[in-house]
Amino acid sequence: MDPRHLVVVGGGMVAQRLVEALRDRDTAGTWRITVLAEEPRRPYDRVALTSYFSGRDPEDLELGDADLWRDPLVRLVRDDKVTHIDREARTVTAASGRTYCYDHLVLATGSYAWVPPTEGADLPGVFVYRTIDDVAALRGYVEKLQSDLRRPVRGAVLGGGLLGLEAAGALHALGAQATVLQVGTHLMDTQLDLGGGEALRRLINNIGVGVRVNAMTVRIRPHRRGGVGRLDLADGGRVDADVVVVAAGVRPRDELARAAGLGIGPRGGVVVDDTCLTDDPDVSAVGEVACIQGACIGLVAPGYAMAEVTADRLLGGAAEFPGADTATKLKLAGVDVASFGDAFGRTEGALELVWADPVNGVYKKLVMSDDARTLLGGVLVGDASAYASLRPMLGRELPGDPAVFLLPEGGGGGAPDLELPDDAGVCSCNNVSAGTIRGAVTEHGCTDVGAVKACTKAGTSCGSCLPLVKKLVTTELTKQGITVSSALCEHFALSRAQLYDAVRVAGLRSFTEVVERFGTGRGCDICKPAVASILATTAPAHVLDGERAALQDTNDHVMANLQKDGSYSVVPRIPGGEVTPEGLIAIGEVAKDYGLYTKITGGQRIDLFGARIDQLPLIWQRLVDAGFESGHAYGKSLRTVKSCVGSTWCRFGVQDSVALAVLLELRYRGLRSPHKLKLGVSGCARECAEARGKDVGVIATDRGWNLYVGGNGGFTPRHAQLLAEDLSTEDLITAIDRFLLYYIRTADRLQRTAPWVEEVDGGLDGVRAVVMEDSLGIAADLDAQMAQHVEQYEDEWRATLEDPEKLRRFASFVNAPEVPDPSLAYVPERGQARPATPDERAAAGRGEPVLVAGSTLEVRS
Amino acid sequence: MTVLDTQKTTWTAVCRVDDLAPERGAAALLDGQQVALFRLVDGRVLAVDQHDPYSDAYVMSRGIVGSRTVDGVEVATVASPMYKQVFDLVTGVCLDAAGKTPVAGASGDLTVWPVRVSDGVVEVGTP
Repeated sequence: MDPRHLVVVGGGMVAQRLVEALRDRDTAGTWRITVLAEEPRRPYDRVALTSYFSGRDPEDLELGDADLWRDPLVRLVRDDKVTHIDREARTVTAASGRTYCYDHLVLATGSYAWVPPTEGADLPGVFVYRTIDDVAALRGYVEKLQSDLRRPVRGAVLGGGLLGLEAAGALHALGAQATVLQVGTHLMDTQLDLGGGEALRRLINNIGVGVRVNAMTVRIRPHRRGGVGRLDLADGGRVDADVVVVAAGVRPRDELARAAGLGIGPRGGVVVDDTCLTDDPDVSAVGEVACIQGACIGLVAPGYAMAEVTADRLLGGAAEFPGADTATKLKLAGVDVASFGDAFGRTEGALELVWADPVNGVYKKLVMSDDARTLLGGVLVGDASAYASLRPMLGRELPGDPAVFLLPEGGGGGAPDLELPDDAGVCSCNNVSAGTIRGAVTEHGCTDVGAVKACTKAGTSCGSCLPLVKKLVTTELTKQGITVSSALCEHFALSRAQLYDAVRVAGLRSFTEVVERFGTGRGCDICKPAVASILATTAPAHVLDGERAALQDTNDHVMANLQKDGSYSVVPRIPGGEVTPEGLIAIGEVAKDYGLYTKITGGQRIDLFGARIDQLPLIWQRLVDAGFESGHAYGKSLRTVKSCVGSTWCRFGVQDSVALAVLLELRYRGLRSPHKLKLGVSGCARECAEARGKDVGVIATDRGWNLYVGGNGGFTPRHAQLLAEDLSTEDLITAIDRFLLYYIRTADRLQRTAPWVEEVDGGLDGVRAVVMEDSLGIAADLDAQMAQHVEQYEDEWRATLEDPEKLRRFASFVNAPEVPDPSLAYVPERGQARPATPDERAAAGRGEPVLVAGSTLEVRS
Repeated sequence: MTVLDTQKTTWTAVCRVDDLAPERGAAALLDGQQVALFRLVDGRVLAVDQHDPYSDAYVMSRGIVGSRTVDGVEVATVASPMYKQVFDLVTGVCLDAAGKTPVAGASGDLTVWPVRVSDGVVEVGTP
């Protein structure tokens, strides 16, 4: 039998999910599918639209497996908008004039951005925020203004809901000043109560986005130069704006359905029943265009649920729409916001538990039933870490006192572990229950989160449930007696910590010995640097000594940092960020002579970019002669000890933070570790050195030093936690010695101190017991190991310069050591060199007058 | 993998085997073309493009040499120092794209250059 024909009007996220779900289950091939999309691209992740500003290509936003569109039963017609539905003839006609017959029709036309009828809304510079093209046009406009205006571009966003805040974040990311104008009393008023909205406003203000509430725009006025210039508000206020984004809400695109005579809801949208059928049994509607249970829902998760229901029904199933899960969690420029269930406490007799900490920008509220036992909903702003475990508990009794879920980390002994019932939903995007995840482990043999994701689709959309998925998987594996593999790579079945112990106890000194004794094969880019790092502290030797050279990543191998064009950057050590004028001049002279791009780093030193591999020894000879040594910016090792100026100069300083920072940096320089190590010392509680953002942070008190551990910046910023108080300098150093070596011995590869502290037996308390009370009886051993490190430290650049064998590694070409790499090309920018872009290279290749400085910048002999 | 007609191959002496450190690459310049040479622990010398198709930089000789089991067979590999794609050193085939795509116009694999060692001298063949 020929397959029946399903025509899907619309090519958005829900359409994609429908096709995916149907092709997944329709193994007999009873349906062939044609998707008619108005946009000229494949379905993409509209929810992640803002990430397009952080440099992602439109292709990166594509959803699912591209193979879906190569399936012979699936046809995607792009850039062809459907203009007419003939329900009698069961055909649809598209703008191209083509007509398609259907056996079943699904309307997935979505919404459009609604622009309130406002004078000036049609001016150039007024944008909506819905499609990639909208976002690209906005970006182009802002970038053009930035180069024309020579001052920051002022952007205004009309609407303080989800989309408005996304748009404001996008403007902010583009470097524009963004102000959100919210008609209502507070931000995100559909999801948050007033307290949550206020907390969110403060957090958004802190990142530099302005917010005005009760701000109704009545007129958009043009600027003299053309385009938008100013907004007039209903209260007589005015807001200057060079660009305006209207994010006042969305409306269902139900015009086709209206023309076809299908039932339309009172506020628009195609009316469907719980099976997603319209009043025509051959026509369904899914996603934002569907008016289901009386309303259109502008969230993707319910849309996905409708797609699943429709796919099931098309194959003869009996699925019904389970009701919309309107739970929302998002991260906006680092601000966590979540809302779920009855967030406004509208249930009869509902009780509200509120924790508000305006100092740290946290607002949390749980809505409980009248007996304070059953969770009905909640609002989390500033810290939404409890979301993943709380949301699946909606409508269920929480164990114990619900207040523990609101208290900050470590404040109340932590929230109890929740044993989720099998039917509790974990991934709301893909409607996956705790039972399904457990089943993936127990019945389908999945042994890690990756396999469970592939098997169940849990966590594959927004990812906010992944911590919970991981916990469930690990618990289930442990129950089965399966230990989660911690093998380093295919060559070593041991974890890094096990290998460290094995190598140390066996007293091995080379990779060949290690791999022959404990591994297989010849290693790889994962285990070789790991073994090099282990040997660096168990059997210290120069990075380029003998076989060790072959283990190093290129950065460690040439003792510089590889940059995108294949050149390197050079960072001399500047302990504690303290540098003499002579030192600065020496660095400046080197940079000038070699044409290096110069930038101050976050670690209080100077990075010199654009050095060719063959220039590195020449540059370092000059730096070593001027008294500098390697800064190990290239290594998984101690980077810097950042400090404030301290009590010697500062009016408020209580201790000499610079002297301590210099002492610590010279003590731990060259110490190889599982990941980079950063330290900081502040001379008083004002914390100008940002020491709590470091792996080890020291803050002066009037009685000594407070020691914090486990902080970092980067992708997952963490504040270091207090390990010990009011230590003398001597005790402080002993504590840091032991902390660092305990970490180096037992952490996983590329695991920074924060996650390591969490995983150590007993967490921070466990670390404290080992470091401060020697609970494992290894303190003497750790102290001796650190003494050996301090004793044996040598500047690896100075040692390299003294060894002709090592210097041979820096030849540009083995057969032409004098010829510089001809592929390097630079152009001037703001008075310095930067790598030429591919376009600039191509233009130079065509002989067009593009300023490409040669790869050999003049060197003074 | 590029198959060369050995009849027409011209061999160019590049360096001595001893100039190459075991399991560490070296770049060579052959008539303007950049080649990455690798000497393995078993004594073999292999050559692939110095150009990394995933980063568009000339850096392959600076990658870490290792091995990987492919269909039960251990093959010699090099990992790009830039974004860590892993290539088979014998065939040039990319074994692990590390989730990236090659730069526009580049194949995801490396071209392989024939190498022979005579009298301790490494020679690279060009068609």
